[in-house]
Amino acid sequence: MIRLDGVSKTFHPGTVNEVTALRPTDLRVAEGDFITIIGSNGAGKSTLFNLVAGAYSPSAGTIRINDIDVTRQPEYRRAGYIGRIFQDPMLGTAGSMTLEDNMMICYRKGFKGLRISLNRRRREYFREQLVDLNMGLESRMKDNVKLLSGGQRQALTLLMMVLSRPALILLDEHTAALDPKNAAVVLDLTRKYVEEYRLTTMMITHNMQHAIDYGNRLLMMDNGEVILDVSGEEKSRLTVEDLVDRFHRIRNRELESDEARLS
Amino acid sequence: MIEGILVEGLLYGIMALGVFITFRILDFPDLSVDGTFPLGAAIMGVSVVNGVPLVLALLMAFAGGLAAGAVTATIHNKLKVPNLLAGILTMTMLWSINIRVLGNRANLPLLRQNTILSQVVDLLGPVVGPDWAVFVFFLVVSLLIKVLLDLFFHTDLGLTLGAMGDNQQMVVSQGVNPEWLKLIGVGLSNGLVALSGAFAAQYQGFADVNMGQSIIIAGLASVMIGEFLLQSNRIGLLTVRVLLGSIVYRGIMFLGRYYGYYINLTPNDLRLITGLLIIASLIVSRYRTERNESARLRRSLRAASSAAGKGER
Repeated sequence: MIRLDGVSKTFHPGTVNEVTALRPTDLRVAEGDFITIIGSNGAGKSTLFNLVAGAYSPSAGTIRINDIDVTRQPEYRRAGYIGRIFQDPMLGTAGSMTLEDNMMICYRKGFKGLRISLNRRRREYFREQLVDLNMGLESRMKDNVKLLSGGQRQALTLLMMVLSRPALILLDEHTAALDPKNAAVVLDLTRKYVEEYRLTTMMITHNMQHAIDYGNRLLMMDNGEVILDVSGEEKSRLTVEDLVDRFHRIRNRELESDEARLS
Repeated sequence: MIEGILVEGLLYGIMALGVFITFRILDFPDLSVDGTFPLGAAIMGVSVVNGVPLVLALLMAFAGGLAAGAVTATIHNKLKVPNLLAGILTMTMLWSINIRVLGNRANLPLLRQNTILSQVVDLLGPVVGPDWAVFVFFLVVSLLIKVLLDLFFHTDLGLTLGAMGDNQQMVVSQGVNPEWLKLIGVGLSNGLVALSGAFAAQYQGFADVNMGQSIIIAGLASVMIGEFLLQSNRIGLLTVRVLLGSIVYRGIMFLGRYYGYYINLTPNDLRLITGLLIIASLIVSRYRTERNESARLRRSLRAASSAAGKGER
């Protein structure tokens, strides 16, 4: 479904500040894949997402989605079929607008016309969706989103993203800014939606256990390249110790354990 | 006196609605307003003198403002120039254009010409007197514009525009090109400002290339005074408070003009007063948010400590 061929990204090429964020990378993502991505800071995980989402354009290589070359397609176009959630819960919702207005904006992707679509039937549908979150948000549809907690906001962002049924979702450490309890809730919701709507998913996480528990395929990145790619049977047998051990063997150095937490 | 304040408040309130769209909804501080206000006045003035149908003249003024706003947005979008600079560029260029529109002069008198206001006075004047006739007219016009704006901000496009100033990333994530939204928003805003300028020319009886000077500050002061009066997240109230803020602002300016001499104020001091008014609103709103935030913090701390207390028991 997604095909990266020789995609690389270098910032400030030809200057003293030149940084290679992603070395030439080939990657195939099949429909229905749930890929977890781990790696220390600066490994190139977010750069990879920014390239797939179209926030950056690659220095070299091509990106194809469903056999269509999207390498030069701007971010807002690709957003029509790619859903993305950031670490910062503020980035997914408009704080000074009400819950229902936020949901309406996300209900259908693409350019909006002069139609008033937020009617009673739609409100009822949104309410049903909010009940599923189990956070009591269904009674707060007229409240401004900035009154919600970070966990509630991120759960809402997740729900709003799913409303438009994207072909691919990119989760960029979407629970890292939440407290453990809320992080668990949001992760459970993530798994529920991914299974329910068979979403093709890529999820960056700092938590190795999560990377092992979730998904059918695991990528480990370091220094701008994918150094480990395990899937299926092999992945389900992985343990955190395995991961640390394999990193050590590949890279011949210790994994910085403060950055990639072990539990 | 009171009808004068009300009329001016509503007339310039249309301009303040435009400023509200850019400053508050789009978060795009647009200074082209100082040029689009006299642009509207100039288009109206020339149309009146040349006998163009008046409703058509108003539409042309609106369209002129729309086009000028679109220029500002395009400079910002395509040349990646900060929005403030884009607005200043348009404003500066408009000064020359406005003189062209006026027929190579800086001022065009409209006294004893057939304008919309003179028609309104002819129609309603015998019933309620000329001053109140003008007031009724502006009340209807400004409320009509307000209701149309409210409707617009309930549409899918309007909602998305509302999210724009809050969170551009969200708009991009929804598959909407933010450049288009800025173009529409800044265009609409300047269209309203030019419309307000067109009415101002008829009300004051002349179109002048300098009548837009620091109008942006007057608009901003009106918006901020309005926020001071009413707090809400409903668009219907947000727009009404802009109009109310504009009326209060004109009231304050009126007091300054007529009673200011008791404390040695001259009309030249009004801009200083406007600036101080904005600074005062900023201080008050800052104080308010700080107080609200510390109250919220206290509440959550109390909730946390009582929850912890229960846990121990």
